[in-house]
Amino acid sequence: MSKIGVFICHCGENISATVDCERVAQELAKVEGVECAIDYKYMCSDPGQTIIKDAIREHHLDGVVVGACSPRMHEPTFRRACAEAGLNPYLCEIANLREHCSWVHEKGDATTNKAIDLVKMLVEKVKRNKPLESIKVPITKKALVIGGGIAGIQASLDIANAGHQVILVEKDPSIGGHMSQLSETFPTLDCSQCILTPRMVEVAQHPNITLYTYAELESLEGFIGNFTAKIRLKAKSVDYKKCTGCGACMQKCPQKKIPSEFNAGLGTRTAIYVPFPQAVPNKPVIDREHCNYYKRGKCKLCETACPTGAIEWDKEDEILTEQVGAIVVTTGFNVKGTDFFPEYGYGKYKDVITGLQFERLASASGPTFGEIRRPSDGTIPKKIVFIACAGSRDPAKGIPYCSKICCMYTAKHAMLYQHKVHDGESTVFYMDIRAGGKNYEEFVRRAIEEDHVNYVRGRVARVYEKDGKLIVKGVDTLLSGEQVEIEADMVVLATAGVANCGAEVLAQKMHISYDPYHFFAEAHPKLKPVETNTAGIFLAGACQAPKDIPETVGMASGAAVKVAGLFSNNELVREPLIAVVNRMPPPVFSTCVGCFMCQTACPYNAIEREEIKGRDGKVIKTVAKVNPGLCQGCGTCVAFCRSKSIDIQGYSNEQVFAEVMSLLNQ
Amino acid sequence: MNTTNSEFEPKIVAFVCNWCTYAGADLTGTSRLKYATNVKIVRFPCTGRIDFMLLLRAFAQGADGIIVSGCHPNDCHYTSGNFHARRRWITFRGLLDFMGIDVKRIQYSWVSAAEGAKWADVVNSTVANIRELGPYTEYKKVAEYLDKEDYNG
Ligand SMILES: Cc1cc2nc3c(=O)[nH]c(=O)nc-3n(C[C@H](O)[C@H](O)[C@H](O)COP(=O)(O)OP(=O)(O)OC[C@H]3O[C@@H](n4cnc5c(N)ncnc54)[C@H](O)[C@@H]3O)c2cc1C
Ligand code: SF4
Ligand code: SF4
Repeated sequence: MSKIGVFICHCGENISATVDCERVAQELAKVEGVECAIDYKYMCSDPGQTIIKDAIREHHLDGVVVGACSPRMHEPTFRRACAEAGLNPYLCEIANLREHCSWVHEKGDATTNKAIDLVKMLVEKVKRNKPLESIKVPITKKALVIGGGIAGIQASLDIANAGHQVILVEKDPSIGGHMSQLSETFPTLDCSQCILTPRMVEVAQHPNITLYTYAELESLEGFIGNFTAKIRLKAKSVDYKKCTGCGACMQKCPQKKIPSEFNAGLGTRTAIYVPFPQAVPNKPVIDREHCNYYKRGKCKLCETACPTGAIEWDKEDEILTEQVGAIVVTTGFNVKGTDFFPEYGYGKYKDVITGLQFERLASASGPTFGEIRRPSDGTIPKKIVFIACAGSRDPAKGIPYCSKICCMYTAKHAMLYQHKVHDGESTVFYMDIRAGGKNYEEFVRRAIEEDHVNYVRGRVARVYEKDGKLIVKGVDTLLSGEQVEIEADMVVLATAGVANCGAEVLAQKMHISYDPYHFFAEAHPKLKPVETNTAGIFLAGACQAPKDIPETVGMASGAAVKVAGLFSNNELVREPLIAVVNRMPPPVFSTCVGCFMCQTACPYNAIEREEIKGRDGKVIKTVAKVNPGLCQGCGTCVAFCRSKSIDIQGYSNEQVFAEVMSLLNQ
Repeated sequence: MNTTNSEFEPKIVAFVCNWCTYAGADLTGTSRLKYATNVKIVRFPCTGRIDFMLLLRAFAQGADGIIVSGCHPNDCHYTSGNFHARRRWITFRGLLDFMGIDVKRIQYSWVSAAEGAKWADVVNSTVANIRELGPYTEYKKVAEYLDKEDYNG
């Protein structure tokens, strides 16, 4: 027999103005299992809570229903009060008599009757509530950050400065990402390297950060607070303990014509290489694909040149296992190449380049030492055309979204060009100018008004070569509606920002979702922008969608705060309103038939397989098991389970069934 | 079946999710918008949690109408629970036909936490529709069927 206490709040007059609270209490007192029913002016007040606590003690109540405002307001208050009086907080339920009754109906019997029904419904529910303990999950206070661009750098530094250990994994030989390739940055035109490289060094020197470059995530298992990450350290062929970074090897390497990734293909590098002079770490790796020794078994000139004997020919990839509590994914983005645009020259005209290549031309550390020169013949272009939205906002190209950064960097490029080539003429073809951001619109206006960049609204239909010039054909859709034809020396395409190739493979390894364009998906588009659907895995930067540096850094710090918040506790305490698969004594073990429909339903990959073994170690049965670290308590699995083996605590089949029956049998 | 009956007070149960429609109905309250007293809300974490067999049970026990409401597509607190619910609803509709339950007795809708006024509309229009349809007297058939199938809730 249950002993349930019912407490009806008048909420001043908010409830009692239309609901006869006394009658509700009187009616409830008659319900089977209700031990006492009391109404009071303000249940949530101190004296109100004391009434509840006293009743729990006096009547030895095993359940409480408070008829009051929405549970979204005071459920925690009343549950706490119950706990203080020694009643398990999950044996307390709230009937919503204010928002769902007194405020939405006129005064009268019908309203009071509805209130009675609502309280009765929760009495029936509470009779079936079970005492629950909050779930405690231990936390390994070490974070894994994947990707060493500005997002990964910022997140690592923030977490490390909060006093936690960080492992930063970068697939390239150096950290820095795209930002290290940029010349100057909008909207202030400060030199990208100057603001970035100090942070790169800080990462390398931070006592709390372990940096693994030339490394990738191999596999990931576990759940929030308790991940096991396997990291592949690709063979660098150089022993970093011995290497001093003198660079003698690179000078001797006969392979000199390999297109440099750092210079976006505009410069060259050797087979043993450091991607750029400010690289962190500033030590080389051997690119085995292009190395004479690995290709043909002969050369080893670098070994001869190396004064410390650092070259390790037989080095193999290593797999490291690390335990981490949280992960921040910061693997960034990429840009489409010119070959994606047959209409703009198929990638066959050398002087049709991408915005990223323009960055390298404009950069003091680039192949032309910051002079804008044509890749074809090294002359300075006098007429240059920038094409914005190359690929972006073009459903026909499969990229319907706006890449967000191109309007701004195109304005920057045109400006930089005008600053460097005083007698040059620049034209920007654009669809719209999207310059939403602090000082962004002003920046674009400056390009137009002070630097006299010629902005033409319209799409370019075609670019072709004629007598050594690039003919750019487009339509001015804003003013004349007429065809525009420009003879240019160079064309720069602001090619769309896209997800990294292989992003979806990485997402699958981590069990996080990705959008149709393979950018990683945040848990909620508005309220959970740095979380993923998998608890404990966070996102920052352009791996989620194209974004600029300020936004990237903000997001990285946001993700770092989430990690630091998680690590501020020794245990993760979670509401126990999660799914459980039933367990029974042998020989049944569980009614679960192992169909794993629940697994296909669960948005959080919370359902695991558990093998039930006999004494002899043989598998008797494989059943579903819910990982309490991952389950968010949506209950989707419950509706999928045909054998009714999985149920959700707090909203169990028995509870909701009792509620519905109670409503209808009145 | 009797048609319009002004005396008839339909019993309607609303199965709603905690994050969107329950909160939306709270907003109806804070906005003091009035609606009929016939609808009573049962709270679920997500529409994805709703086993549609429970709807049949509700009809068997004398519900005249049912509302199922959750977050709009893409707004689900749990990202995809409402898509599962929608898919289930589409299959379930076919089954309703087969069981001889008028689809019009179930109102399937999306009400967000910001749509207090929409919740009042959904309630009022459902009550009006069910009034029009009259009391649901054929539930026994369903009940018998369920008993035969030994469905245990
Ligand atoms: C042409 C151009 C000009 C721009 N100009 C500006 C500007 O002036 N101002 C501005 O604010 N923004 C500018 N941007 C945007 C800026 O580049 C981005 O905002 C910024 O680089 C995003 O940083 P990120 O760390 O998220 O990504 P990224 O810079 O792409 O860094 C990602 C890092 O992760 C690594 N990585 C990738 N995959 C893996 C993996 N699987 N495992 C391990 N590591 C991995 C990569 O090697 C890289 O180091 C420009 C962008 C372009 C294309
Ligand atoms: S062995 Fe390979 S890396 Fe070394 S110098 Fe020769 S080509 Fe370059
Ligand atoms: S309740 Fe939701 S999150 Fe938990 S196991 Fe079931 S489907 Fe997954």
